[in-house]
Amino acid sequence: MTTMPIVAAEPALHVDAHAAEGHGAHEDEHDRPGINRMGLWVFMASESCLFIAMAAARFYLAGTTKGDVNLPLGIVLTLILLTSSWLGYQATGAIKLGNRRKAITALLIASLLGVIFIAGVGVEWSTAAFGKDLVPPVSPQATPFGTAFFAMTGLHVFHLITGLVGLLLIANLLRKGQFGPGDHWGVTAIVRYWTFVDVMWLAVVFPVLYLL
Amino acid sequence: MTAAAAGLRPAPRPSVISGFVPILRGLLFAVIGFGIGAVIAMGIRLATGAQAWNPNETSAVGTIPSTEQIVTLGFIFAVPAWLMGVGFWGTTVRQWLGYKTNSVPTDWRRYLTTSEDHKVIGLQYLSTFVVVLLVAGVGAMLMRIQLSQPANQFLSPDVYNRIMSFHGIAMVSVAVAAVMGSFGNYFVPIMIGARDMAYPRLNALSFWLVPVVIVSLFLSELLGGWDSGWTAYPPLSVRNAAGQIMFNLAIIVFGLSSIFGGINFIVTVIKMRAPGMTWGRVPIFVWSVFAAAFLATFFTQFFAASLTMVLLDRVVGTNFFIGQGGAPLLYEHTFWFYSHPAVYIFVLPGFGMALEVLAHMSRKPLFAYRWAVAAFIGIVGMSGIVWAHHMFVSGMPSALLGPFLVTTELISIPTGLIFLSALGTVWMGRLWLTTPMLFALGFTFNFLIGGVTGIFLADVPTDISLHDTYFVVAHFHYTIIGGEIFALFAAFYFWFPKMTGRMLSERLGKLNFWMMFIFFNTTFLPMFWAGLHGMNRRIATYQSDLANVNLFISISALLLGSSFLVFVINVLYSLFSKRAPRASANPWKARTLEWLVSSPPPVENFPSTPIVVGSPYGYGTGGRPHAVFSIAGASDEEVSA
Repeated sequence: MTTMPIVAAEPALHVDAHAAEGHGAHEDEHDRPGINRMGLWVFMASESCLFIAMAAARFYLAGTTKGDVNLPLGIVLTLILLTSSWLGYQATGAIKLGNRRKAITALLIASLLGVIFIAGVGVEWSTAAFGKDLVPPVSPQATPFGTAFFAMTGLHVFHLITGLVGLLLIANLLRKGQFGPGDHWGVTAIVRYWTFVDVMWLAVVFPVLYLL
Repeated sequence: MTAAAAGLRPAPRPSVISGFVPILRGLLFAVIGFGIGAVIAMGIRLATGAQAWNPNETSAVGTIPSTEQIVTLGFIFAVPAWLMGVGFWGTTVRQWLGYKTNSVPTDWRRYLTTSEDHKVIGLQYLSTFVVVLLVAGVGAMLMRIQLSQPANQFLSPDVYNRIMSFHGIAMVSVAVAAVMGSFGNYFVPIMIGARDMAYPRLNALSFWLVPVVIVSLFLSELLGGWDSGWTAYPPLSVRNAAGQIMFNLAIIVFGLSSIFGGINFIVTVIKMRAPGMTWGRVPIFVWSVFAAAFLATFFTQFFAASLTMVLLDRVVGTNFFIGQGGAPLLYEHTFWFYSHPAVYIFVLPGFGMALEVLAHMSRKPLFAYRWAVAAFIGIVGMSGIVWAHHMFVSGMPSALLGPFLVTTELISIPTGLIFLSALGTVWMGRLWLTTPMLFALGFTFNFLIGGVTGIFLADVPTDISLHDTYFVVAHFHYTIIGGEIFALFAAFYFWFPKMTGRMLSERLGKLNFWMMFIFFNTTFLPMFWAGLHGMNRRIATYQSDLANVNLFISISALLLGSSFLVFVINVLYSLFSKRAPRASANPWKARTLEWLVSSPPPVENFPSTPIVVGSPYGYGTGGRPHAVFSIAGASDEEVSA
C-alpha cells in the first residue's frame, strides 16, 4: 500500500460524487456507544453543578441551621427513590436478556414510585411551617432555610419530572417493540439519568436539608 | 454544485414562503404553548384562592405579581413548543413517540429549520450573531450620542439604562456564542477530520434556543424592559419592572444552549478525531475551543442558578436576596463564579484563532505549541478561583481580598505564555500581511493593552479607586473588542472563502482593518483617562470638566461604528456581485485539514476519513504533510491531489 501525501495543492479534491454515495457510511467509524456514554456522563457532571450551587446557597443563607423538616417522611422518600432506581436497573438487565415484558413492568413501577415521591414532597411542602415562630410570622419560603428548602426540593422535583417523562417515553417505545439485547442504549440512558436524579437527592438534597 | 453554495443562491423551485414555514410554525406553537402555560398558572392561582390575573398590581415589596407568575409558566411551555414547531417535532419528538421521523430539506430551506449539518449550524450561528453584533452596536452608538455632552437630553436616564443593559447582554451573548457557535461548529469537526459533531441533533437544539433568547430580550420591552445591566444584581433585579423576568428566563435558556454546545465540543474533540490526530497534532484553535467548552459546560450552571434564584424571589416569594435573611452578595458570588470564567469562554477561542492565523500567515511552525496548550489548560484550571476580584468593593470579608489579588495576578502567567507563543511565531517569519493577518496582529497589540491595564484592577488598592469607572469599561472593551472581536474578524476574513467559496475584497478588508484599529484605539484609550478622572460607568451624564474627552470618544465611536459598514459592504459585495472572485480550495496555502477539501466543503466534509501523519504547522520544515486521504473503494491505492 503506497501512501502519497496531499500537500495543500490546487485544485483540491472535489468529492461530491463520493459524498453522495457515502452518505451515512462514516456514521459507524466512531465509537458510537462510547460517545453516547461520555456525553451522558459530562451532562450529569454539569447538571450536578446546579445542585452544588443551590447547596452552597443554602449554607450561605442559613449557615448550618436546621429547619423543622419531617425527617421520617424524608427517610421514607429516600427509600422510595432507591427502590425506584433499583427497579430501573432491573429493566436494563431484563432488556439485555431480551425480557421485554419485565423491562416494561419495571420501568412503569419505577415511574409510579417517582410519582409517589413527588406526592410526598407535595405533602412536605404543604405542611412546612418554617416561619411560624417568627414575630410577625412569615410565609415558609421567606425564611433563609425555607428559601433553600423550597428551591432545592423544587429543583430536584423538576429533574424528577423530566426523568419521569423519559421513563414513560422509553416504556412506550419498549411496548412498540424497540430496543433489544443488542440495542439497549435508550433504556440504559434513561435509567442512568433517573439514577443520577436519585443520587442528587441522596448525596446533596437529603443530607443538606434533612440530616445536617 | 455543492449544497452550501446553493444555500447562498436560492434555487427558484421551492417558493420563498415555504422556507419560512418552520419558523412561522414555531412562532405559532410558541404562542399556543405560552397560552397553555398561562392558563395553568391562572388555574393554580385560582386553586390557591388568589385572583387569576390582576393586571393593575404594583410590584410592591412582599407581594408576588400575578403577571410575572403567568409569564414565567407561559415561557416554560412556549420554549419546547417553539422547538417542536421549528422542526424538532418531525426530526426528534416523533422518534421518541415511536413514529417515523421526517427529514429536513436539503436545499436552501435547511438554513431555516433544524438541519443537523454542523456547517449549516455554523452559518446559522454566524449570520445570527453578526446581526446581533450590529444591533447591539447601534445601542452603543446611541449611548455615545447621549454621552457626547454632559447633561444631554437625547435619551432619558431610564431609556439610557435600558439601552445600556441591552447592549451589555447582547454583546456578551455575541462574545460567548459568535466564535464557539459559528467557527467552532463549522471548523472544529473539519479540523479534526470528523464528518460532523458528536451529537448533530443536540447541536441543532443549541442553535434553535438562540432565537428564543433574542426574541425574549426584545419582548421584555412589553413588560417595561430591564435596567439592571447585563449583571442584573439584586436587590434591583428583584424589584424593578417585570421585563427583568424575561431577561432572566432568556439568559437561562441561553445558558442551556451554551451547556449543550460545551458538552458537544468536549465529546467531539475527545472521541471524533481522525486516525493519527494525536493530542500533539490537534490544531491550536481546536484546543482553544476544547478548553473553553469545559468552562461553558461546568460554570454556566452557576449563572443559571443565580438567575433562577432571582426568578424564584420574584415569582414564588423566596428570600434569597431581599427581605430578612436575604443576601445580595450571594448573587455576586454565584454570578461571578460563572461570569469570570465566561471571559475566558470569550477569549480562549479568540487566542486560538489568532494563533492559527499568525502561524499560517507567518509561514512558520507555531512557536511553543505545547506551552500554549498548557496555558489553555492552566487558564481553565485557574479560572474558577479568581471571581471575587470583581467584588473588592462589595463589602465581602476583607480576608478574601489578598487571596483573590494573588490568584488573579497568577492567571496572567498562562496568558503571558500565549503571548509568548504569538510573538515567537511572528518573530523572523515571512509575514504575509493579508487582512486576517492584520486583524491577528491587531489582536496581539490590543490585548496587550487590555491585559496590562487589568493588573491595576486586580490590585486591591488601585481597584478601590478605579472600580465602576470608565477605566474598567476601557479595560474590558480592550480585552473583548480589541481581543476577541479582532480575532473574530481575523477568523471571518480567514475562513470566509472556505465557507462560501468566494473571496472577500482585500482592499475593502484592509480599509476595514485600519479604520477599526485606529478608531477602536481612539475610542477606548481616552476612556482610561476619563476613568482616572472620575467618570462613572453606567450613567447617562457626567461632570462638565469631562466634556471634551467625551466628545472626542463619541466622535471616535461613531467612526468605529462606520468601519462595520465597510465590513457589511465587503461581505454583501462578495456574496451577491457577479464580479466577486471565486475562492480556490486553499487561497492561503495553509496546511490544516479544512484547506484540503473544496470551498465550500462537501456535505460529507471528506471523501474518506483523513489519516493524519504530521503537524498542522510544519511550514518550511520540509517534513511530513498534515494528512493524507485514502479514497473509499480504492483500498490498494491511496490518492492525493
